[in-house]
Amino acid sequence: MIEIRFHGRGGQGAVTAANILASAAFLEGKYVQAFPFFGVERRGAPVTAFTRIDEKPIRIKTQIYEPDVVVVLDPSLLDTVDVTTGLKDGGIVIINTEKSKEEVLEKLKKKPAKLALVDATTIALEVLGLPITNTAILGAVAKATGVVTLEHVQKAIQEVFSGALGEKNAKTAAEAFKKTVTYEL
Amino acid sequence: MNTLFGEGKSKAKKIAFKSVEEYPEAPISLGATLSNFTGDWRTFMPVVDDAKCVKCYICWKFCPEPAIFIREDGYVGIDYDYCKGCGICANECPTKAITMVKEEK
Amino acid sequence: MEYKPIKKVISGNYAAAYAARDARVEVVAAYPITPQTSIIEKISEFLANGEVENLQYVPVESEHSAMAACIGASAAGARAFTATSAQGLALMHEMLHWASGARLPVVMVNVNRAMAPPWSVWDDQTDSLAQRDTGWMQFYAENNQEVYDGVIMAFKVAETVNLPAMIVESAFILSHTYDIVEMIPQELVDEFLPPRKPLYTLTDFDNPIAVGALGTPADYYEFRYKIEKSMEEAREVIHKVGKEFGERFGRDYSQMIELYRTEDADFVFMGLGSLMGTVKQAVDVLRSEGYKVGAAKVRWFRPFPKEELYELAKNVEGIAVLDRNFSFGQEGILFNEAKGVLYNTDAHPLIKNYIVGLGGRDFTVSDVKKIAENMKGIIEAKKLDREVEWYHLKR
Repeated sequence: MIEIRFHGRGGQGAVTAANILASAAFLEGKYVQAFPFFGVERRGAPVTAFTRIDEKPIRIKTQIYEPDVVVVLDPSLLDTVDVTTGLKDGGIVIINTEKSKEEVLEKLKKKPAKLALVDATTIALEVLGLPITNTAILGAVAKATGVVTLEHVQKAIQEVFSGALGEKNAKTAAEAFKKTVTYEL
Repeated sequence: MNTLFGEGKSKAKKIAFKSVEEYPEAPISLGATLSNFTGDWRTFMPVVDDAKCVKCYICWKFCPEPAIFIREDGYVGIDYDYCKGCGICANECPTKAITMVKEEK
Repeated sequence: MEYKPIKKVISGNYAAAYAARDARVEVVAAYPITPQTSIIEKISEFLANGEVENLQYVPVESEHSAMAACIGASAAGARAFTATSAQGLALMHEMLHWASGARLPVVMVNVNRAMAPPWSVWDDQTDSLAQRDTGWMQFYAENNQEVYDGVIMAFKVAETVNLPAMIVESAFILSHTYDIVEMIPQELVDEFLPPRKPLYTLTDFDNPIAVGALGTPADYYEFRYKIEKSMEEAREVIHKVGKEFGERFGRDYSQMIELYRTEDADFVFMGLGSLMGTVKQAVDVLRSEGYKVGAAKVRWFRPFPKEELYELAKNVEGIAVLDRNFSFGQEGILFNEAKGVLYNTDAHPLIKNYIVGLGGRDFTVSDVKKIAENMKGIIEAKKLDREVEWYHLKR
């Protein structure tokens, strides 16, 4: 089972990202589960959301404490939230940032085995015209983890957002997929 | 016929269930007002003076029992099988067409 | 027609809404409350998009009115549905008695949420279990699939025995968690669940009836007995409907208690709803570590599965009852029921109550393992250390 934790701020679409990732994995024939941190979401407040992906049906109904993958939608969270809490050894961290690998690593309490960086905010602004980074970051997730293909991410995005909005979001994910840089550490 | 209930009134019977099987599944229509002849509660009976009645039907509207009915000629009639003698009709009548008369049975 | 499920990744709340749609509900009256709101939002969406025919949505000003409207609709012969949670369910309480007393098969989804104060929106079973004596059947769902299946089966059971039914799902753990749900094509739902045949209807103008009549001491008693008789019949109906559901759609619900790896178990964990998913996972882990344990998931709390509990209790040395609820001044509610059932039987395993997860506190596989260790000691000592344990309490 792969467990993924998303960190965002209320309104950035972390919960939707977790759901879309689950749908994308479902399209690949996997069993999935996606849920928000069982809290009270408010715009701007730190928010976490989770996705589980497995080859077998998922029965467990608890929160995720030791994720395999951590995804950070908002770079400012690195200063206030310990995003690597519980990250498994050999884990992957994916961050929306315009900063360099060195600058980011300085802020992480635990060094991941793999780091993926993408400037999702700039991509979202260019392609979508909105600073909502959830669909962009999913492109990065596809590239850095390989648990889902970009095509399935795009298809899952278009199930949630219909028409032109869906196309734009799918394009955002593709653009982020292209621009994500990964580092084996 | 002194009532708007016609045949139904003479056929009305009290419902009494003897065993649990006889009861309906749901508690609906457990009794009928029709079989409950409240007229024998009365000590004063209303009497209508058609000469004073203006067919406003206020008495018909206020009667708490199905005891006042509208006759074919448009005046009101009283069904003494159900009239409890409460006097509300006489009290409400704007032309004082209804008088409560002491009744000895 | 061959059964080809429509698979979707949806939340427990959407599963409830899709099930209500597929059951062809005719009247929905509901009032929003976290975490139930997305059920009625989704149903409103079906209406707005023209995805449902012949559905009336009644906007109301409270949950009390929501249930009152469902009662009116159901008495008129319609298939009525509502959904609520916690304080909303408590406000409905008076009307819950009305629905069962008038023998109306209203179906409701209640999202288990802790009662305030302090304010909480998280999972806790006390809200629904406190409605134990209202004459409603209660089904607890372990996952989103069971929410969907439960609603459709509940209509069939409810309309057979003319009693209302409540499908219960966990706040957030199911209501807002997305997983895979197999939905049933409409034609096949229609075959399984034909239109309702009401016991009586307010709209039969040739045969007028009075509903809500006085029941004097001479009559009231018999009507109470009839409710209980129907509740007893419901056990058999649940068995048949659950079996038929399994034959048609591959998921068998014929058992009111679902047993998981209990055959040779020394002791079992018993509980309601979503926490039993985690328990099953833990049972696999414990089995691999040499523990002979199993899980007993109580699907239907009303009518209570007395026979099945007795059959289980005869063959185990211990039962750990996991209650995500509490009855103040006594103990966990499922524990209380289970002990009551077994008292007049010859099955008396060691039975201990663990109060877990109140107000949404996470209940994990490692918690189940700790409880297993404690139970193992109890069985070895052949004696309870204590009857009721507030498992998570910070000391």
